[in-house]
Amino acid sequence: MSIAIASRKTFDMPMKDRLMEFLASERFGRGFQRFIKSLLIPFVAILVFLALWSVGASKVQTSLGVLPGPVKVWEQAMVLFDEHQAERVKEAAFYERLQKRVDKAVAAGKPQERIDKIQGRKYTGSPTFFDQILTSLKTVGTGFIVASLIAIPIGIICGMSATFYQAVNPIIQIFKPVSPLAWLPLVTMVVSAVYVSNDPMFEKSFLNSAITVTLCCLWPTIINTTVGVAGVSKDLINVSRVLRLNWFTKTVKIILPSAIPMMFTGLRLSLSIGWMVLIAAEMLAQNPGLGKFVWDEFQNGSSNSLARIMVAVLVIGFVGFLLDRGTLALQRAVSWDRNAIVR
Amino acid sequence: MNSYLNIDHVSITFPTDKGPLKVLDGVNLKVDQGEFISLIGHSGCGKSTVLNIVAGLLQATEGGVLLQNKEVFEPGPDRAVVFQNHSLMPWLTVYDNVRLAVDQVFRKTKSKAERDEWTRHNLELVHMSHALDRKPDEISGGMKQRVGIARALAMEPKVLLMDEPFGALDSLTRTHMQDSLMEIQTELNNTVIMITHDVDEAVLLSDRIVMMTNGPAATIGEVLHVELERPRDRLALAEDPAYNHYRAEVVKFLHERHHQPDVPESAEKTEAVEEDKDDDGSLRLVS
Repeated sequence: MSIAIASRKTFDMPMKDRLMEFLASERFGRGFQRFIKSLLIPFVAILVFLALWSVGASKVQTSLGVLPGPVKVWEQAMVLFDEHQAERVKEAAFYERLQKRVDKAVAAGKPQERIDKIQGRKYTGSPTFFDQILTSLKTVGTGFIVASLIAIPIGIICGMSATFYQAVNPIIQIFKPVSPLAWLPLVTMVVSAVYVSNDPMFEKSFLNSAITVTLCCLWPTIINTTVGVAGVSKDLINVSRVLRLNWFTKTVKIILPSAIPMMFTGLRLSLSIGWMVLIAAEMLAQNPGLGKFVWDEFQNGSSNSLARIMVAVLVIGFVGFLLDRGTLALQRAVSWDRNAIVR
Repeated sequence: MNSYLNIDHVSITFPTDKGPLKVLDGVNLKVDQGEFISLIGHSGCGKSTVLNIVAGLLQATEGGVLLQNKEVFEPGPDRAVVFQNHSLMPWLTVYDNVRLAVDQVFRKTKSKAERDEWTRHNLELVHMSHALDRKPDEISGGMKQRVGIARALAMEPKVLLMDEPFGALDSLTRTHMQDSLMEIQTELNNTVIMITHDVDEAVLLSDRIVMMTNGPAATIGEVLHVELERPRDRLALAEDPAYNHYRAEVVKFLHERHHQPDVPESAEKTEAVEEDKDDDGSLRLVS
């Protein structure tokens, strides 16, 4: 009944007004409005973006052909996935053959030394796009964790001792703005000079990238931890003095918890910087990873190269986004400051 | 003469950019065990400084503080402080905030179960047993201050120091807190030094009101003995001539003899008149 009245009333209204009234009506509660805000609007925006990209790209002629649009990029993403699958099949086949040879050698009573040598062989196919993603993630993870392990203690000491902070601050301020690419040649030379081992635990290229990431991840964490620790409320410090907390208890029970929100702000900044730095380092130093993938495709210069690079660009962005969301989730989990706007 | 707490000729000078600034000059006060003392005076006269020296958070330049004939050099749980803005750890629950203090003070003398029991007992005392697992952000200002008091009481201090404990609360909540504090005081008979801006609060709660002159170089101007029967009831006292006399004494001291130096004479007068009209009966100085 009420619906009938509503429709009669709205019958002559312009289209837009009718839509707005429809959306504002009781039948679509807050849930629906939230759905529109959180999903529909971004979805429409992405569609607009894809349309602009598609139209715009088709107008740009490069030496490698027309700049690829979304469809071409999607095709190449599928191709990259298929290549990865094919490579895995080949790898499985290789190890199957290897196992057969080992079995045969054992049956023939060959010496253990020889069997080990056969068994020790590794599959040497070229890394696929997905292998490169994994390599990049491992490298950035290592660099980030090492940087955090160094930066958090330094930040805590800086925050607690004004003297130490004054001593260290100039060094921090000078190294903070240095681009990773300036570090890279130095890191490469130092690693190849210092890291000499017959049976290396890590690849040199891995170390180069990881150390470069570390060098760039240090600063935001140090600075934010320092600010967090130095900003501990004077009243809370007084409470710890009245309670006569010893140095260790004071640090663990009062200073660290109150610095955690700032510390995580630093960690998030560090990780996003580290991820950007890593791609550049991989490109320049030809270290394995997504950066190398991009560079290889650029050098390769086939008609599909641009589309494949575009896939890599999108993946880099998406992985960076996931990394940031991950640290954000961690920050939310450990932070006591529920009122802080975390975004 | 040996008194329980002896604030003996305490002066303090702070170095500033414009040269040394003498904030307190010869503050002299003897406090007996179980006495409730209020420190009252205008903002910036150094009340908090006195309290911080007794707490050991600041060191007197001249003179010193003796607690049971032992000089006070550093802060300690025997002189627990209730801070104006509660100073609870925002990341700990109500229970954990008090437990932190209990663990620290009774680590060696009480078992784990006893410490748990003692924590709960003190929170019961301030009527906070219903919110043990809440975080400070999730409770009201008055409740936070209750927890702050429970934390201080849990340390079993020889002297309880309160720095404007109810200053940040609205007047209704403040009334509740004052009643609660009187109730606790009847039970525990602690030695208390409390800073306040509130004349009613001072008269209602104290055995003695210590009125301070204006800084710099502030000192004790006058001490008023409040000889009202305990337990005191705020409603009955509102009509009591003795109570009103004490109130008037404090107001006279603050407004006539030691009015705030940076406020012009005329402005101060009108302000005082307006305050007298204040219809909730509580006279609060503008700080």
